[in-house]
Amino acid sequence: MKISYYPGCTLNTYAKGFDTSARESSVLLGFELKELDKWNCCGATFPLTPDNIMGLLGPTSVLNNARQEGDTLTTLCSVCYNVLKRTNKVINDNTETRNIINDHIDSDYSGDLNVIHYLEVLKDKIGFDKVAAAVKRPLKGIKAGAYYGCALLRPADVGIDNAESPAIFEDFLKALGCTPVDFPNKIECCGAHLAMNNEGIVTKLSGNIISSAKDRGAEIIVSACPLCQYNLEGSQQKMAEDGSLNREIPVLYFTQLLGLALGQDENTLGLENMLCDIRPLLKEKGV
Amino acid sequence: MMIRIGKENLQSEFVKLVERISGEKLANCYQCGNCTGGCPVSYAMDYGPQEIIRLLQLGQEETVKNANSMWICVGCLQCYQRCPKSVSAANILEALRLLTLRKGEDHDNIKDLPFQFLKEAPQQAIICGFRKLVA
Repeated sequence: MKISYYPGCTLNTYAKGFDTSARESSVLLGFELKELDKWNCCGATFPLTPDNIMGLLGPTSVLNNARQEGDTLTTLCSVCYNVLKRTNKVINDNTETRNIINDHIDSDYSGDLNVIHYLEVLKDKIGFDKVAAAVKRPLKGIKAGAYYGCALLRPADVGIDNAESPAIFEDFLKALGCTPVDFPNKIECCGAHLAMNNEGIVTKLSGNIISSAKDRGAEIIVSACPLCQYNLEGSQQKMAEDGSLNREIPVLYFTQLLGLALGQDENTLGLENMLCDIRPLLKEKGV
Repeated sequence: MMIRIGKENLQSEFVKLVERISGEKLANCYQCGNCTGGCPVSYAMDYGPQEIIRLLQLGQEETVKNANSMWICVGCLQCYQRCPKSVSAANILEALRLLTLRKGEDHDNIKDLPFQFLKEAPQQAIICGFRKLVA
């Protein structure tokens, strides 16, 4: 099986381990992530106002290119997923907007591509039971907090699970042998782009997420978004500096954990690029 | 605070413009406050999302324009998710941002951004930040 894959800008640079671990895991699970021949940035945020058609041109180009290569497109970054899925919905639902966009980018895209997140590929196309069966190195005893953030869940009509009480991420972690830890702030915002101009808010929001997960016993946090990952790591450093955090915990991409469990070489997962290394914990747990 | 409410501000061009750009009908909001309750950043806003909508309903253009609320909103959509009337306060705050940015006025000056941030941050943070805060 081959599935068209849109990496997006950040997975080619800041979050290389997110990309490589997913590609390798797919091979180990018996399918191929086929990177689109041609792609551009999705815009990194969905334009919220319906009059902002310019903001939809970039993501529609991606969708149009993907449609030439197949009927399904998957992404790893939750923001890319959100932008592409919502744009696809606008094109499906609104003929007038669709026509304007197509005129602008010289295409005739109809909105009939199936945009799914990689977690949905694992759940619906492969099956978490098959993922569990392929695990060579069960991550037993590791208490993991699944952090959804915003873009995987909201708005509800494009979310990959229930917007208030999701479980897909926890089910995925169970398949790897982890013990998922439920925590109150798992669907709250990390502060997102305010990292650019308002460190105080990001430290507070991301700090609340970290504290909320740690209070419930999480030893690691698992993310599907490079910006969340950046904010959750950065806020821990700030908290450690001001003495409000006694021990930092690793924040990993879910595919790095998948790669570990499927028996990928630790040195190819990009673990060394994370501010807080998970490897001592693996040793401690005898994984 | 003394405010003047009259036909001239209740149906002002500004309020109509905000409705047109955001695609939201301000009168749909009945002020339950779920948006502000669920908003993770309302604590840092001059006025929470529900208060901004109320001020717009009352045509208080200057108060809304001078509030920091639109620049603090992260667009996480918790307000929309929790609204019993499906009003998206995030769309309204984005419309307010756009009214400044579309005039070519930056909220943040690129020159002032910390070099460390531009060097280390994920690309998506920079792209998203520029789209939300820079004209």
